[in-house]
Amino acid sequence: MSTPARATSANRTAPRNAPSELQGVWLVAEREIGSKLRSKAFIISTAILFAIALAGILFAGLASKDATGTPVAVVGTASASVEGIEGISPTQVADRAAAESLVRSGDVDAAIVNDPDSPAGFTVIADSQAPTSLLLTLAKVPTVELLNPPTTDEGLRYLVAIGFGVVFLMAASLFGSTIAQSVVEEKQTRVVEILISAIPARTLLAGKVIGNTILAMGQVLGLAAIAIIGLTVTGQAALLQGLGAPIVWFAIFFLFGFILLASLFAAAAAMVSRQEDIGSTTMPLTMLIMAPYMLVILFNDNPLVMSIMSYVPFSAPVGMPMRLFLGEVQWWEPLLSLVILLATCVAAIWVGAKIYENSLLRMGARVKLGEALRG
Amino acid sequence: MLELRGITKSYGGRRVLDDVSFTVAPGRLTGFVGGNGAGKTTTMRIVLGVLSDDGGTVSLDGRPLTSADRRRFGYMPEERGLYPKMKVLEQIVYLARLHGYSKAEAESEATALLEKLGLGERLGDNVETLSLGNQQRAQIAAALVHDPKVLILDEPFSGLDPIAVDVVAGVLQERAARGTAVLFSSHQLDVVERLCDDLVIIAGGTIRASGAREALRAEHSTRRYELISSGDAGWLRGEPGVQIIEFDGGYALFDVDSEATAQRVLRQAVALGDVASFSPQHPTLAQIFKEVIQ
Repeated sequence: MSTPARATSANRTAPRNAPSELQGVWLVAEREIGSKLRSKAFIISTAILFAIALAGILFAGLASKDATGTPVAVVGTASASVEGIEGISPTQVADRAAAESLVRSGDVDAAIVNDPDSPAGFTVIADSQAPTSLLLTLAKVPTVELLNPPTTDEGLRYLVAIGFGVVFLMAASLFGSTIAQSVVEEKQTRVVEILISAIPARTLLAGKVIGNTILAMGQVLGLAAIAIIGLTVTGQAALLQGLGAPIVWFAIFFLFGFILLASLFAAAAAMVSRQEDIGSTTMPLTMLIMAPYMLVILFNDNPLVMSIMSYVPFSAPVGMPMRLFLGEVQWWEPLLSLVILLATCVAAIWVGAKIYENSLLRMGARVKLGEALRG
Repeated sequence: MLELRGITKSYGGRRVLDDVSFTVAPGRLTGFVGGNGAGKTTTMRIVLGVLSDDGGTVSLDGRPLTSADRRRFGYMPEERGLYPKMKVLEQIVYLARLHGYSKAEAESEATALLEKLGLGERLGDNVETLSLGNQQRAQIAAALVHDPKVLILDEPFSGLDPIAVDVVAGVLQERAARGTAVLFSSHQLDVVERLCDDLVIIAGGTIRASGAREALRAEHSTRRYELISSGDAGWLRGEPGVQIIEFDGGYALFDVDSEATAQRVLRQAVALGDVASFSPQHPTLAQIFKEVIQ
């Protein structure tokens, strides 16, 4: 038997060197990316997400430029009362009767006529309802002097907080669950037994984390680009100047924050053998992703909470850019936070890889965390 | 030479493998047979390192098996597994590349192999759209594409139609002829009998018989002969040392107590009429199997 085997051994293709660790990692990453990019559901949902982001920014931009103001009719010298007031576009008419007819026809929202009996010196004529916003505009209010003026206005801060919070929540949960499903798919179909006979478990894990991180970063950078282009197109250069650096920091923090989460998601998913059971082990991670979103929306005006958030690795990707936008940080703070994040990231990869390796080939019942860590 | 020595494995106090030892030689097809739950899959998973043993050694060419060695194994798990939503060719190319093939090499190897297995028309189809038989062929390609030194196949023939069985058997024989050590389990004893060079029979977690097929057959053969003659073979009943198993006119199946008795019977038969056939009967694998697992 051995003689023919030796005689034909020359025909055999030479034994391959196993692919280097890096090649293996990249092959796995490439497959992860490829299979996602070929999913119609993913392409469509990403397109919709980008479209909503673009529409939101354009809408906000155009609305703020809409400075035509409330149309009002003014009679005679009453025009002096509205002169120089923003948000009002006056139309001069000859007399009260002409003004009233314009109000009735709806061409103007209200008319202003001189009235010495009125404490303001003029009367506002409207159709069926008192024009509240116009009255507030015309009201005489005392000058206010703030000893600690806020650097950014309330509404804008809220919007930016929601923006960072939502993008983090969406990208992290979408790609976190993608990597979890992909790990379980391999377990459930037993492909993993074939893969593990070709490459080490750590290579497989690294490939999956890197592949999904590239996809998640692609989406985040896409949204960042849309935000920057949108703000430029709508001429909000001032806002862009304030947001530019925070957006860049957000991307950097998100990169490492996501690697951290992805390693943990993969490890959690490796502990179960069926898609239906993913929720039972990834639940704590889902909470971790929700937390920064909830906190930044509830506490974006609370400097203490925001400071803590900006240093806790799981919420730093939202907390630090937010504080940067508010201009509350020293130059070294984002760097320190990034170092903390990186250290946590390394620890998470180590723990995640251990759980992943120990759980990957154990089919059936959910693997207990203690067993997964012990091996 | 793949060698298992004294492998034991218990699940929760229940011993499923007990002192399992056998060898799988390069260039030969080794059939691994046993009933349900006998321990075939557990043994194979231990060889592949996807399950750890409680004791014993697995060695390759005299050295303990390392994970680097296992990279040159081809494995077909009992529960089939490929990515359902990946195209057949892409999938096999991917696995070849994980084994270090360049893209071009992987593509040409995978295409040739899939064509040989009769999947040439389905290269661009998703695995989940294939029939179970075709998925099985793709699975075999997954085990073979990197030209493994040792092949471990768990039930490679289950679910295949007779034509597909022949195709797969042909591919496995070709690999063995090139020097691959092939271990495959099967319930289909007729296929195993036809195909394998060596046999390992397991029951209740212990190896009941192992060795070359012909040697096992010789070992388990009783002195049974078949006689087909023109006359009535009824006279055999009176012969000393002869025990009739079946009898019908000129046909008789009988056991003899010695070779000399057989020769005497033959001479007698020729003297009494024309003899169309007088042949020693080898036990079938099914018979050996039933005998050794008792």
